[in-house]
Amino acid sequence: MYFVRDLVSPRTWLAFIHHFIGVCVGALVVWIVVPGLVIGALGLPVAMIGLPILGATLRFTDWFARAERTRFAVTLGEQIPAWPAGTRSGYRLRLVPRLTKLSERATWREVLYAVARGPLSAAAAFVSLGVWAIGLIMVMLPLFDWSLPGGGFHVDGRALHESKAVLVAVAGVLVLLAAPQVTRGLAVADTMLARRLLGPPSSLAARVAELELSRERVVDAAETERRRIERDLHDGAQQRLVALAMELGRAKARFGDDIDAARDLVDSAHAQAKAALTELRDLVRGVHPPVLTDRGLDAALSGLAARSPIPVDVHVDMPVRPKPLIEAVAYFVVAEALTNVAKHSRASQAKVVVEGHGYPGVLAIMISDDGVGGADPQGAGLSGLASRVSGVDGRLTVESPYGGPTIIAAELPC
Amino acid sequence: MLRVAIAEDSVLLREGLTRLLAEAGHEVVAAATDAEALMRAVEACTPDVCVIDVRMPPTFTDEGLRAALVIRDRWPDTGVLVLSQWVEERYAIELISGSPHGVGYLLKDRVADVSEFLDALRRVAEGGSALDPEVVAQLLARSRSPLSVLTSREREVLALMAEGRSNSAIAETMVVSGGAVGKHINSIFSKLGLVSDEHGHRRVLAVLHYLNGVTS
Repeated sequence: MYFVRDLVSPRTWLAFIHHFIGVCVGALVVWIVVPGLVIGALGLPVAMIGLPILGATLRFTDWFARAERTRFAVTLGEQIPAWPAGTRSGYRLRLVPRLTKLSERATWREVLYAVARGPLSAAAAFVSLGVWAIGLIMVMLPLFDWSLPGGGFHVDGRALHESKAVLVAVAGVLVLLAAPQVTRGLAVADTMLARRLLGPPSSLAARVAELELSRERVVDAAETERRRIERDLHDGAQQRLVALAMELGRAKARFGDDIDAARDLVDSAHAQAKAALTELRDLVRGVHPPVLTDRGLDAALSGLAARSPIPVDVHVDMPVRPKPLIEAVAYFVVAEALTNVAKHSRASQAKVVVEGHGYPGVLAIMISDDGVGGADPQGAGLSGLASRVSGVDGRLTVESPYGGPTIIAAELPC
Repeated sequence: MLRVAIAEDSVLLREGLTRLLAEAGHEVVAAATDAEALMRAVEACTPDVCVIDVRMPPTFTDEGLRAALVIRDRWPDTGVLVLSQWVEERYAIELISGSPHGVGYLLKDRVADVSEFLDALRRVAEGGSALDPEVVAQLLARSRSPLSVLTSREREVLALMAEGRSNSAIAETMVVSGGAVGKHINSIFSKLGLVSDEHGHRRVLAVLHYLNGVTS
């Protein structure tokens, strides 16, 4: 059934059309690319002429590669991944290729593709068409035989035996059933070739996919963080300032008649103002502590540990200061982990170890506690941490069996 | 009356501080907007004490702190009181390493408690010290020494000593008699194995040294 359906499936016929369009474009393109390259190369000693011609030819192959990606998408429904933006070198003054462009493998793969397009498509079209034609002819043989006058078809003066004609027809049906598979198989092979010549290496494609995912998570994490800050400001300092303004207003009204009440109100307003300051300070410290910029991770983590309600032992060993971004992420990891320790672990002590190995190298962070364990890596806090860490190409591992201990480890590139 | 120099880049706070000090009967001899100007002012009028904001132009990181260290070095008779939106143990250690004489490090919010602030300013001007309670809490939390041998009352006294307060101020804060404070202090010093005949500023030094290995 499957094979029969393929005979009339649009996919088969689009693949067929794909091969034929390939022949036409290939035949046209080769007449632009080959002369362009030859004249460009010959003109190279006179750089003013040769380079622009070469450049124009390469621009054409660039464009052709893009057009071909579209063609594969339309006729075969196959996505040939494009090179990620910024990974390919370009041109000076629009037409003069940069030296790196000429030494790039991808450039010459595209040229090779443009030249080989015609012959390859021609071969594919020839084979596809051939299989279909042979199949059809074989199926038609009994009919043809019957329609001929004088006892039918003769081979070497002898009449074709009818049973043989039927046998050929049956074989023809098999060939016809196989024809769509051949046509499609060639299209698949063509796609693989195009991927290889027009697309980035698969490792790069995988990396792009990974980056796209991590970028999304980082954006999410940042958005969550913004909402948290907004909420904290709104519920904390803002409310306090409102209360403060209100109390001062009431005090102002009372000054004339009841000076004692006014004094009490001013006292209360004073307290509100100081509480608002404390809240703002804590909020800013959670976002990015100034000491981190001024004195680095060691100083910032010392302060963090000192403010923790649970005794925290901090050990930092880094020969070189990492980049500010890495420092910020490292601080965030430790801050969040220690917050969790204080909130959930029921631990009696915690330990923070930060070690930097070489430059460029890896910054290894480990936060451990002797608490009850059972931390959920999918929970809001820890998954947010993982997002932040993956945003800088780091890795976060959480080990927290029920009954403890909990160990959170992060590796950041630095 | 103290002769005070202020270094603070925010107009609002600079004016506020100037007014606050003037109302308390002190003389503001200079109000600078950055560390450079402060140095020139100290050079010109040798104030008793400088009130310095940590973050100032041009880089808005720790200019005030560095200026304070320079002033301590070159004009040892001028006290430096560093104010900051945040207090960090690390900055405190940088400031008081060497000696805690004539040095103060307070949260900016403390200015709101005017009398306490003026008291701290006077201590610093007289060569004493004023450490923010939050810094002291950090030092106590980070102390690797066995503070568990102290009673909670004694730890309270230790913290107040580290802030740079005198016996009478400690007694007042804790609402006990001066004699009781003296007894607590003796007990603390003997439990921690510190020499107990030290008084005043040298005592602060001993305590800080003990707490965080601040080099003397």
